[in-house]
Amino acid sequence: MAEESAAGCTRPTGGPADEESKEAQATEQLTENKETQSMIKVGQKAPDFTAPGYFKGNFTSIKLSDYLGKWVLLCFYPGDFTFV
Amino acid sequence: MSIDSQFTHKMWNDHELSKMVEGGIPYPMLSDAGGKIGSVYGIYDENAGVETRGRFIIDPDGIVQGFEVLTPPVGRNINESFRQIQAFQLVREKNGSEATPSGWRPGKATLKPGVDLVGNVWKEWQTKQAFD
Repeated sequence: MAEESAAGCTRPTGGPADEESKEAQATEQLTENKETQSMIKVGQKAPDFTAPGYFKGNFTSIKLSDYLGKWVLLCFYPGDFTFV
Repeated sequence: MSIDSQFTHKMWNDHELSKMVEGGIPYPMLSDAGGKIGSVYGIYDENAGVETRGRFIIDPDGIVQGFEVLTPPVGRNINESFRQIQAFQLVREKNGSEATPSGWRPGKATLKPGVDLVGNVWKEWQTKQAFD
């Protein structure tokens, strides 16, 4: 189900450093998100995704649809090392 | 799942969480850099650049049966998540012929929706059952 994947060197890139373009980008992103981000509905298909992960000592890639036939509890959280 | 990389997940698991949970986290810790998946699920906070505390119950057919979203400072109640999954499992098993009233836990009475139950729930179920 969870395929092991090698530890690569790719990392997410950072955003712009100066405040002006950061603000401009934020506004742009807000407008964009207003159009695209809405809450999903109960009783409807969970959007499928593939995500890299860490599981019991290995890096893996997880695809939600591989878990069809099982109950899934999908939890999002603000960040590693946050306290709650 | 969070916006952290799988490398950060490894460090958090190996250096902190494994001290709290024997053997470390027993399920995959997923990375959603950029919040693309969180956006699709409607729980990505684009102003803060992080995901809020969204929790989704997905059934064996891939259907979302329930979700809960909290702001960061308040933690979830995992027993409540398990209770809800057990309730959804019972409803699925009984093909919808039984429903679980407020406060239901495994072993407690269910309700059988139908014409005869209309207006008669008070005979089958007391409010205190929601709290015991």
